[in-house]
Amino acid sequence: MSTLLKRRSSAFASIGSVAAFTSIFAILALLIASHAADPLMGAHAWLFLGLAVAGLLALALWAGSLGDRDPFDQTVYEDTIVKFGVTASMFWGIAGFLVGLIIALQLAFPNIFYFEQLGWTNFGRLRPLHTSAVIFAFGGNVLLATSFYVVQRTCRTRLAGGMWPWFVFWGYNLFIVIAGTGYLMGVTQSKEYAEPEWYADLWLTIVWVAYLLVFLGTIWKRKEPHIYVANWFYLSFIVTIAMLHIVNNLTLPVTLTGSKSYQLFGGVQDALTQWWYGHNAVGFFLTTGFLAIMYYFIPKRVQRPVYSYRLSIVHFWSLIFIYIWAGPHHLHYTALPQWAQTLGMTFSVMLWMPSWGGMINGVMTLSGAWDRLRTDPVVRMMVVALAFYGMSTFEGPLMSVRAVNALSHYTEWGIAHVHSGSMGWVGFISFGALYCATQWLWKRPSLYSLKLVEWHFWLATIGILFYIVAMYFAGILEGLMWRAYNEYGFLEYSFVETVEAKHISYIIRALGGSLYLTGALIMAYNLVRTALGHGAAAEGTRPVDAPAAATLQPAE
Amino acid sequence: MYEILSKFAQTWGLGFFVLMFAVAVAYALWPSNKEKFQAAARWPLDEGEPGDE
Repeated sequence: MSTLLKRRSSAFASIGSVAAFTSIFAILALLIASHAADPLMGAHAWLFLGLAVAGLLALALWAGSLGDRDPFDQTVYEDTIVKFGVTASMFWGIAGFLVGLIIALQLAFPNIFYFEQLGWTNFGRLRPLHTSAVIFAFGGNVLLATSFYVVQRTCRTRLAGGMWPWFVFWGYNLFIVIAGTGYLMGVTQSKEYAEPEWYADLWLTIVWVAYLLVFLGTIWKRKEPHIYVANWFYLSFIVTIAMLHIVNNLTLPVTLTGSKSYQLFGGVQDALTQWWYGHNAVGFFLTTGFLAIMYYFIPKRVQRPVYSYRLSIVHFWSLIFIYIWAGPHHLHYTALPQWAQTLGMTFSVMLWMPSWGGMINGVMTLSGAWDRLRTDPVVRMMVVALAFYGMSTFEGPLMSVRAVNALSHYTEWGIAHVHSGSMGWVGFISFGALYCATQWLWKRPSLYSLKLVEWHFWLATIGILFYIVAMYFAGILEGLMWRAYNEYGFLEYSFVETVEAKHISYIIRALGGSLYLTGALIMAYNLVRTALGHGAAAEGTRPVDAPAAATLQPAE
Repeated sequence: MYEILSKFAQTWGLGFFVLMFAVAVAYALWPSNKEKFQAAARWPLDEGEPGDE
């Protein structure tokens, strides 16, 4: 009886602390809303207040309905929050891909998709909406969901912090809404991938610290002294993003009730800070977090151990030690001192080795289960993700060389590079993880339809190929046109001629994007039917994607 | 100042990185860690229950 009481009181303490904490911010939002210095800040304060109050009401209703049930039963994993994360990932993914398609169409057909009366639909507003939606909303929710899934299972313990993981999930998604609506209204601090203004940044910092504490608390409770390699990768992602986010957003607001702020750094110091942040957002958000997914979901799906656990350790430490120095390669031929440019280039070239070590480790984990590439399109998706990872981590060092960068920088080549990395690597490994997680979380023998996964796989793969081939072509073409001189030493082409030359590539790119989006819509349908237990996902069905080969393996 | 910093980075900084790399490789290859790592490589295969060893 006393343990029950103790458990109930600790559950209510964690629920109460989340409620109290949220209430403080709701009151702050009310204060700002009533004294807002500009209408944008007013709109955001009211939005924040409305969503915070809705959250508090939902929390109160849920807590009231608990009765004698222990909401944080330590004998089972916390899977509901992972289900929410999977759902949010799918929602934001489709939203982000759709906005990407819209801005691709705006570039291809500017006369049709330009609306003079609707300022918020302008390319300049929608472009950060697309990048943030796919990176932070889609990718971020995938990382939140999978990290919560993986850390519990590899530490054999329930998520720490009671109600606080939910604060992290809803707080993070609230940040996404504030950021996204801000871009549409024109709130921006004009830093690429760090556009949200100071108040949104502060809120994200708070959420992120809570995320770190929940993650560390769960690792703290583990039964085994060794920390599984995927958790190291997740931890490096959480810690480094905290550091990057805080340093790159050191700004001074004009007033505490206004949306505008100014950077503490100026000139080349600001540029270097920005690209130290920007490149490590690629390194620690889009790489280490998703490598953690690779190190858990691929072995589990194919039921084979990690190919070389030793390599995974060397992979981890060399990757994180080298990545952090690569940022200056974004500032070749600028006011940044040349030695710093060379340093960025050198570390970028060195990065090739840990990147490929990790890729090989992931692919070779299929040893003894290669037939799964043929029989399970989910596995194929994750392995193709690794192929794209290998491709873009070879191309990245190449592009960081100053002479190559002279041709590639500011052209569509960069767009091709980031999209082979984001659509190919991040997208495909996430799709693989979401397929796996949906099937496992809802405890289905199989996905609703593997045929639909095949459709998704091929539509998305062909979509990426259309996209990147068109952009490589456009990038090298415009790069060469920009540097072409005529016999008198004048530039051969005017700028508009280089734009004209890219028109057909823009159309092909939009076609590729539409295929990718179609694939994601098919995936969402498949995941919903899987969760509902339809088709091959029905109970009592023989699993069609069971790792039959694994059970036939000779003892190791 | 620049001279001092760059000299420090090119000597002690380099040495520190090489040392860290050596430590990571030694840890990965240390014979007594072999069993632990072989077991860890199989961890994802089984979900287990909270409290499992």
